[in-house]
Amino acid sequence: MAIGGITAAGARSGARRRLAMLLAPGLFWLIAFFAIPLVVVLAYSFAVPGPTGRVEWRFTLENYQRLFGETLYVSAYVRSLWVGLLTTLICLVAGYPLALFIVRQPPAWRAALLFLILIPFWTNFLVRTYAWMIILSNNGIVNTAIQSLGLPRQILYPGEGAVLVGLVYGQLPFMVLPLVAALDRFDFTLMEAAADLGASRRRAFWHIMLPLTAPGIAAGSVLVFIPTVGQFVVSDLLGGAKVDFLGNLLQRLFTRSNPPNWPLGSAMAVIFMVVLTIAIVAYFRATAEERR
Amino acid sequence: MKPAIELRSAVKRFGGVTAVDHVSLTIGDGEFFSLLGPSGCGKTTTLRMIAGFEFPDAGDILLHGTSIGTTPPHQRRVNTVFQSYALFPHMTVAGNIGFGLEMQRVAPTERERRVREALELVRLADYGGRWPRQLSGGQQQRVALARALINRPEVLLLDEPLGALDQKLRKEMQLELKRMQERVGITFIFVTHDQEEALSMSDRIAVMHHGRVLQIGTPTAIYERPNCRFVADFIGDTNFLDGRITANRAGHAVITTDDGLVITGTSDRSLTIGSTATVSLRPEKARLTVDVPPGDIANCFATTVDRVDYIGSDTRMLVRIGSERTVSVWEQNNRSTLDRDAYWQPGEAGYLWWPAENGLVLAE
Repeated sequence: MAIGGITAAGARSGARRRLAMLLAPGLFWLIAFFAIPLVVVLAYSFAVPGPTGRVEWRFTLENYQRLFGETLYVSAYVRSLWVGLLTTLICLVAGYPLALFIVRQPPAWRAALLFLILIPFWTNFLVRTYAWMIILSNNGIVNTAIQSLGLPRQILYPGEGAVLVGLVYGQLPFMVLPLVAALDRFDFTLMEAAADLGASRRRAFWHIMLPLTAPGIAAGSVLVFIPTVGQFVVSDLLGGAKVDFLGNLLQRLFTRSNPPNWPLGSAMAVIFMVVLTIAIVAYFRATAEERR
Repeated sequence: MKPAIELRSAVKRFGGVTAVDHVSLTIGDGEFFSLLGPSGCGKTTTLRMIAGFEFPDAGDILLHGTSIGTTPPHQRRVNTVFQSYALFPHMTVAGNIGFGLEMQRVAPTERERRVREALELVRLADYGGRWPRQLSGGQQQRVALARALINRPEVLLLDEPLGALDQKLRKEMQLELKRMQERVGITFIFVTHDQEEALSMSDRIAVMHHGRVLQIGTPTAIYERPNCRFVADFIGDTNFLDGRITANRAGHAVITTDDGLVITGTSDRSLTIGSTATVSLRPEKARLTVDVPPGDIANCFATTVDRVDYIGSDTRMLVRIGSERTVSVWEQNNRSTLDRDAYWQPGEAGYLWWPAENGLVLAE
């Protein structure tokens, strides 16, 4: 018995050791490159920027006061969230029918269509965004088309519209793929059952298909929303620095301004994180409610 | 009174395949009507056209005299019980059952009352708050039934609703469905490939094959007087004795087989002498005895027993006539005994016989 007990305990501790060894690399990575920097950023956000760009360790709330007080920062927050929301919404409205169409194709066609959706990823995102600059420029094909219809040339770029186009273009696949997965699991007989019970196509969609594909909508929306709100490349290139996103301000505060203002940038990042966390938790709660 | 459902030469094609080929049916009010046939015979497509999930390419469908051929499903007073039940997984049992009334914008209090009634009808009174996934197959089946019946449809369509249940539950649900239909008095159109199920439940049956209706009749007529070889073969078991017509009297025909057997059978059609035909002889309608039967028996042949299968209620024998021909014959075990001599043994000789009216002559 004693021997059995010892070996069992030995086996248990062995298993524990193995588990610890397996978890160690990931855990180390998360602590070293996520948890500790997070604490550092949090600490910076309450510190004072020095004249040379060095951080002076004196506690202050001034950073937060500036961010909530100065229009430049508030408007960047609002713009980031608003354009992020708009991008997500457009991706959803455009992506849902597309996903539905793909799922309803015969298997061979379906694989080909999914492949087509993924093809743009083969080209660097920066290059593709530059391409939009050319397409939307004064002499680009869009304006050429507009002029050939006898209409005056439009200023499409740079501006908020161009940013939106670029964002939707870049993010659409991230909406479509989770939607395809959700619709793939959806039993279309349920739509017949709903029609049979007196539901028009529209009501069957709202009552049956939408709630049952809510997890896919939630996943797709989060995948689109978060990177969009935080990005700075598209707004920089297509917005022409007139459409500042959070990311653009952050980038400037940390690297371009003279001297750099790390405490203010850190405070901005903290607010950004808190707002996003609240938004996402609320969103998941709402969609979870829907599927119960 | 107009018939509940009338199909007028309805046709449905998918690509190059004609799934339903000029089907005409008239189904009376309150009838329990079955569409029976092997898979791919067009029975489900026929049902789906009545439900409105498919529109006929030609012909028409009438519901109590009104054409509904191109009416979308949500505007037909017809409801379906799906093979997979198709319960909404994100709604409770009560939510599922009340869905139809919700779509008709029935007031919530009235809806609640009728949902309660429907739950009682299918004996699931305490299950309103459960989720579909928490129910057994039989219970899900009853929810699907309640969800359809609560709308008081003019016709209820059932697409192999018992297919997913095990044998015992299946028999129970057959009885329950039949009782339910008698109680609510709604026309049931029932699709099945199970001939026993169709025979035991239906007022009338339509046997389908390759998109066509081969025969419509009562279960007795379908079983006792099949109008063609396919129906005789598909419903129950039978022996086919092929040959040529050699004589033709009132109601009877004589067939001579290639191996020289002369068989007399009933025939409701006059068949041309010399034409090829077959006699369909059900195994339970022939008898095997040790001695020659007394009296004038139309068909009597000396045989030896080839194989014996004891299956409890029956003993099923394969007997040989001459050298080549085997015939299947069943004997009911209506005496309880362990005595070996009471049962046939392989190798024993006997006489296989049946009166003329027990064999049905079918033209090829």
